[in-house]
Amino acid sequence: MLEVHALEVAYGDLQALWGVSLEVREGETVVLIGPNGAGKTTLLRSVAGLQPPFHGRILLEGAPTHNLAAHSIVERGCVLVPEGRRLFAGMTVLENLLLGGFTAQARAAHEETLRRVYEIFPILAERRGQAAGTLSGGEQQMLAIGRALMSRPRLLLLDEPSLGLAPLVVRDIFEVLRAINKDGVTLLLAEQNARMALELADRAYVLEQGRVAGEGTGGEMLASDHVRRAYLGYAPAAGEG
Amino acid sequence: MDLHSIGQNLVYGLFVGGLYGMAAVGLSLVFGVLKVLNVAHGELLMLGGYLSFWLFDSYGVDPFLAIAIVAPALFVVGLALHAGLFRWVMPLAEEAKIKNSLLIAFGLTLIFENLAIRIWTADERAITTSYSGEGLTLAGIVFPYTRVSGLVVALVVVLLLHLLLARTYMGRAIRATSEDWEAASLMGINVHRTYLVAFAIGTALAGIAGTLVSLGYTIAPSIGLAWTLKALVVVVLAGMGSILGAFAAGVLLGEAEAVSIYIFDSANYREVVGLVLFMLVLLLRPQGLFGRR
Repeated sequence: MLEVHALEVAYGDLQALWGVSLEVREGETVVLIGPNGAGKTTLLRSVAGLQPPFHGRILLEGAPTHNLAAHSIVERGCVLVPEGRRLFAGMTVLENLLLGGFTAQARAAHEETLRRVYEIFPILAERRGQAAGTLSGGEQQMLAIGRALMSRPRLLLLDEPSLGLAPLVVRDIFEVLRAINKDGVTLLLAEQNARMALELADRAYVLEQGRVAGEGTGGEMLASDHVRRAYLGYAPAAGEG
Repeated sequence: MDLHSIGQNLVYGLFVGGLYGMAAVGLSLVFGVLKVLNVAHGELLMLGGYLSFWLFDSYGVDPFLAIAIVAPALFVVGLALHAGLFRWVMPLAEEAKIKNSLLIAFGLTLIFENLAIRIWTADERAITTSYSGEGLTLAGIVFPYTRVSGLVVALVVVLLLHLLLARTYMGRAIRATSEDWEAASLMGINVHRTYLVAFAIGTALAGIAGTLVSLGYTIAPSIGLAWTLKALVVVVLAGMGSILGAFAAGVLLGEAEAVSIYIFDSANYREVVGLVLFMLVLLLRPQGLFGRR
């Protein structure tokens, strides 16, 4: 589904990714974990076409996309739910959803997709006439995901979907992600909430300082000493906790 | 002055204000979407005015019909200006973008003004139709046909624009790009094409405003700056993000000027009123009367 080869991305003089390679196979849920500033967001933005790499390749379903503008990548079935959600706050919930289904393919089926999104997130149907900026944090995240689904993606990228949400809401969001994945949508998500993400993941990559520092299945990662210590809060016996 | 002349003044204020609103909506649209202040907006208006004058003078085309030619013609001018010039400043960082777009637009004001002098000379022009000077008299107040029709045209155009922005996919794309271009591109919106279309619509709107100005007001190569300033005052009054708000603010400015003419018994302070309003709004309500934040 997605192949990233030796990706190098820089913001001006500041290089954020140093030769990152990874792969997401069709139907998988793949998680990126790593500390703040490790390059998770940069990687997702590059794949989505917002941050072109200066070196390396990105292949989406076998076709190179690293030179494409963001809107063409959406047309190819890959869409990003960005960090901080980036809703159109002044527009209604329905308008946000309709914008999500902007591409020609999506427009053709938009009524059916809208029904499906309302099925997944009934609250969005209730709030359809309300300005997006007036929703609660959890509802906003649901809208951000629903809006992305409106484009009928085959690969959904999510940047920190749990950020700033109450634990119960996070649980709901992860349940929804599991369901979306079951529906046949491949997922690649960056998460600080490593435990929940790894429980959801088929496979995971650890990004540290712009490089891949480890990879494995979700279970392997949950069992790995390094991951447990650095991201799951397990300290060695004498540690500070 | 008596009640009667107050009424007449207010009615004229409404007509002029509608024109201010019409001149401002295009500027507001371009500024809102591209974040570029097109100081050549008044020159584009002037160009539209000359085009309808020329159509009337050479071919006898009624100015209200001429809108059907002027608007598409200026739309094409807008496409060319954006594709050839403004497009290249869009990827720049904010400060460089503002500076460069201002330089380009100021350059355009010089080019268009001098071009107009070459083609049409520096003489003042106005369109005098067979029905100019005629009007309806209601309760002793005169409603000239050209002004009434001009106001109606402006209202219809602004309402159509509002519907376009509110109801169509393209309109939603324009609003989304104006709110957050990066998020818009993640929706599959071609942001650069949206900029192009928004700029061209803004230019077409300037052209329509120019046609209305040529009817009963004067067109000359040098009128651009004055109209840009009027439009700018109206955009600041209205605040960003509302097309109907920009039109309403235009009417408000027209009426404020009318009141000043009544109070001072002369038009000497007309320009001052707008600038005082401009400063008051910046001081007291910098987001504008109808703007968000």
